[in-house]
Amino acid sequence: MGGISPVLLIAALMVSATPIILAAIGELVAERAGVLNLGVEGMMITGAVCGFIVAVGTGSPALGFVAAAAGGAALALLFGILTQFLLSNQVATGLALTLFGLGLASLLGQGYVGVSAPATPKLDIPLLSDLPVLGPMLFRHDPVVYLALALCAAVWWFLRRSRAGLILRAVGENHDAAHALGYRVVLIRLGAIVFGGACAGLGGAYLSLIRLPSYTEDVTAGAGWIALAIVVFSGWRPGWLVFGAYVFGGISVLQLNLQAAGVQIPVEYLSMAPYVITILVLVALSTARASATLSTPGSLGKPFHAAR
Amino acid sequence: MIVLEKRPSPSQVWTIGTPLLAIIATIIAGGLMFALLGKDPLVAIRTIFWDPLFGDFASYSRQQLLIKAGPLILIAIGLSFGFRAGIWNIGAEGQYIMGAVFGAAFGLALFPADNRLIFVAMILFGALGGLVWAMIPALLRVKLGTNEILVSLMLVYVAEVILAKMATGPLKNPEGMGFPGSRNLSQWPSAANRELIAGTGMHWGVIAALVAVIGAYVLFSRHRLGFDIRLTGQSPRAAAFGGVNPGRLVLICMGTSGALAGLAGLFEVAGPAGQISIDFNVGYGFTAIIVAFLGRLHPVGILLAGLLMALTYIGGELASLSLGLPAAAIQIFQGMLLFFLLAFDVLTNYRPRWKSRGVA
Repeated sequence: MGGISPVLLIAALMVSATPIILAAIGELVAERAGVLNLGVEGMMITGAVCGFIVAVGTGSPALGFVAAAAGGAALALLFGILTQFLLSNQVATGLALTLFGLGLASLLGQGYVGVSAPATPKLDIPLLSDLPVLGPMLFRHDPVVYLALALCAAVWWFLRRSRAGLILRAVGENHDAAHALGYRVVLIRLGAIVFGGACAGLGGAYLSLIRLPSYTEDVTAGAGWIALAIVVFSGWRPGWLVFGAYVFGGISVLQLNLQAAGVQIPVEYLSMAPYVITILVLVALSTARASATLSTPGSLGKPFHAAR
Repeated sequence: MIVLEKRPSPSQVWTIGTPLLAIIATIIAGGLMFALLGKDPLVAIRTIFWDPLFGDFASYSRQQLLIKAGPLILIAIGLSFGFRAGIWNIGAEGQYIMGAVFGAAFGLALFPADNRLIFVAMILFGALGGLVWAMIPALLRVKLGTNEILVSLMLVYVAEVILAKMATGPLKNPEGMGFPGSRNLSQWPSAANRELIAGTGMHWGVIAALVAVIGAYVLFSRHRLGFDIRLTGQSPRAAAFGGVNPGRLVLICMGTSGALAGLAGLFEVAGPAGQISIDFNVGYGFTAIIVAFLGRLHPVGILLAGLLMALTYIGGELASLSLGLPAAAIQIFQGMLLFFLLAFDVLTNYRPRWKSRGVA
């Protein structure tokens, strides 16, 4: 274990948790509005490929991220129209979105396998970046790492402290009551869905533009599904979501480090680790059921049809 | 403005009408996509839907139809059990892999014995492999209330790792000159899943699929369990009052779909694929989800949907060979089909009405 430095480990886990935080915080808002979108994986990979194409074409990673958000949002809008206006089953539509997104990404990304992305500059904050241990650990990342954290803080503030957030939560808790009070349930949900899609797109682009940074056909490799699990883990609370994603990121980084350090664990078991751990976390959570059940949005996954 | 009015009961006409409408819409939208890709849409559509059956190479591609439709139908029938009851097993791909690994491992352990019973035992082990893999999310859901969607899906990735490990490790062909992949089961008479009628592509897996279709039909129309499953899907509360044990239903539905997916994997590995290899699974487990919905979760519908989906696979391969159509285009095509189906499905349960604003 001598080859693993805690400073580098924490620095790496912040990077590896970022795509999951981005995708999960978007899904959290959608689920708080009562919409279960299982298409996160599809939206993520679409974002990954849209962002990559635009970033390579323009040479600007920033434009790439904008395109990724737009791509994810466009796919989410499709989901929104189907589930909110045409009242389709949310589970089935989410699955369809993932299958469609995977196909779309591999079609769009055809010419881009093996191309490398333009580099995203790391932040260099005077003073903070030069701190002895904390500098390289916390303050020398790319801007998106901090953007993701800021986004979580903003979502927390929105849901807890703003009137609009209260309305969004009301829609997710009980859509019939919210409708009776005169809130536009369908439009509010559509907004939440599109926000979720844009975030998932950003998460995907983070993988293809910064984390890897290249495009392969299975660039997301289940990250979207892991994000869904993290949302359940967090009990729909942004703070816990960040914590969960960091724990998860830490484990996957540790796994890579162990592989590199040549520890006597077969590689296969280590590459299974992220998925097995996700399952274990879900299991551990469901045994500690009481708090989780209470916080599940009341109308999650249920279609809304105003009778009058 | 258009207002949707809920129908008292689902429309019979639209239950059959929406899949047909969805297919037509997909062909139009797919044609547009092919045109955008610079291909003649009419030629592309003909290559996908007509040429595999009646074109120049039809004698080859026609047998592919049953080979591809067999596993799709088998898996989709199993999935339809759970989907009807609101139990979402979306990890059929993993159960398919584990069925193949279990069955092939059992067979290979006895190589080179000469006994046809080996194939029979392999079939049992294949079903067992899928069953075991599906029981993980099923038991977790029943005992602890864990979300079966996420667990069954995560297990697909785990199964893929196990498959790769098996292909390069324990099950690797000792005479394979170091290449990954197991011995070829289809060339070993004791374990081969042979083509039963030459030139048709009919093998034991296709027979199993047909048996599953008939079995599911009888179950849903004549048996108490089929009624319980439908009732649970429509109204879990009513089912609970009617004495249905929800936990038992989860185990039965997940178990059935796992076992059928495992069977599909075994028949594939002993027949068309022939060996355990790293790229053994080609996504049947996910496409079967589309097949189940396209077939309206009804056994006969699934039979037809499986054949149609198999046709798009073969037609897609043909189109990528002759027209240079990217393979991913077919995946999008299949995804679009599911989207249109879900979109038009609104007509089954709701009636669109014109209403002037302000009356409500």
